[in-house]
Amino acid sequence: MSHGREAEGGHKIESMKVNYIVWVWLLGVTLIEVFLAYMKVPIHIMLIALIGLSLFKATLIVSWFMHIKFERRSLVLTLIPAVTVCILLLNIVFPDSFRLKKMAVNRTEKAAHATEVHH
Amino acid sequence: MAVAHGQGKGFSLWGGGVHPYGISHKKLGMWLFILSDALTFSALIFGYAYLRNASANWPTPFHIFPSIMVSTLMTFCLLSSSLTMVLAVYNAQHGRNAAAAKWLYGTIAGGVAFLVLHLNEWRTLIGEGMTVRANPWGDSMFGGTFFTLTGMHMFHVLTGVIYLGVMAYRITRGRTDADGIEVSGLYWHFVDLVWMFIFPLVYLMSVDMGGGH
Repeated sequence: MSHGREAEGGHKIESMKVNYIVWVWLLGVTLIEVFLAYMKVPIHIMLIALIGLSLFKATLIVSWFMHIKFERRSLVLTLIPAVTVCILLLNIVFPDSFRLKKMAVNRTEKAAHATEVHH
Repeated sequence: MAVAHGQGKGFSLWGGGVHPYGISHKKLGMWLFILSDALTFSALIFGYAYLRNASANWPTPFHIFPSIMVSTLMTFCLLSSSLTMVLAVYNAQHGRNAAAAKWLYGTIAGGVAFLVLHLNEWRTLIGEGMTVRANPWGDSMFGGTFFTLTGMHMFHVLTGVIYLGVMAYRITRGRTDADGIEVSGLYWHFVDLVWMFIFPLVYLMSVDMGGGH
């Protein structure tokens, strides 16, 4: 393989048909998300459903529109696991948000109790 | 260690002068930029989620009509602009530069429509009393995180519109090739991808459930 050909070796789109189908899927999933909000689904179920549907949409966009499905496995293995691990590591801050919430709730309860005693 | 086809034993793909990933350097550069930008947006989204989870009275100011319908229309604009971007790449790869430029202008139109709708939404929220430091509905951090996250995304859309405008001009003049259009497409699809997380997590999760503000 010559260097020039290797550099140009990206995926050439032969047909638009699959991209139209992906676009329809993306619109359809978006409408499902809006429907969930319209139905006022309980917040925890809503959160899990929305994250799942968003990840599905992201996979469609990266795979088909950004053509990573057709790139070399070495590129995919360089990019995707690294960014996934880094994003997952951001979860390390989350337990602290529960602590803050508990502190805020305790403060509110104490203030309410103090008002009650005062009266 | 990988060895290039047709090269002698001991020749390394990673020794320099070749393309181990089989893509051009500018495409690899764009992928690396996207990777770093993905982490920037992830940090902002996690910051928003952290503060929301820690708050006892996080505002839910969006109603289905008109806020969610408008933001759904904004999502439609971005998704459709991604399709026109693929059409631009498709035409550029098949040597139809004029058609590629036409689809790039279509993509720009989608981006501009998104920006106009978004700025109008900001104007409405500011008119209702929402600022970076305060809002009439609840936790004061909502305004700061909302404007930072959506503002950062809007900045990326604006940058993309300018970038695609330059690429449309260049391909019309024959100063860029299909690879250049594909690289600009990667950026545009990434901007679209980020919105696929902001829209549900910031808008749909903040729909007024009927409890008032």
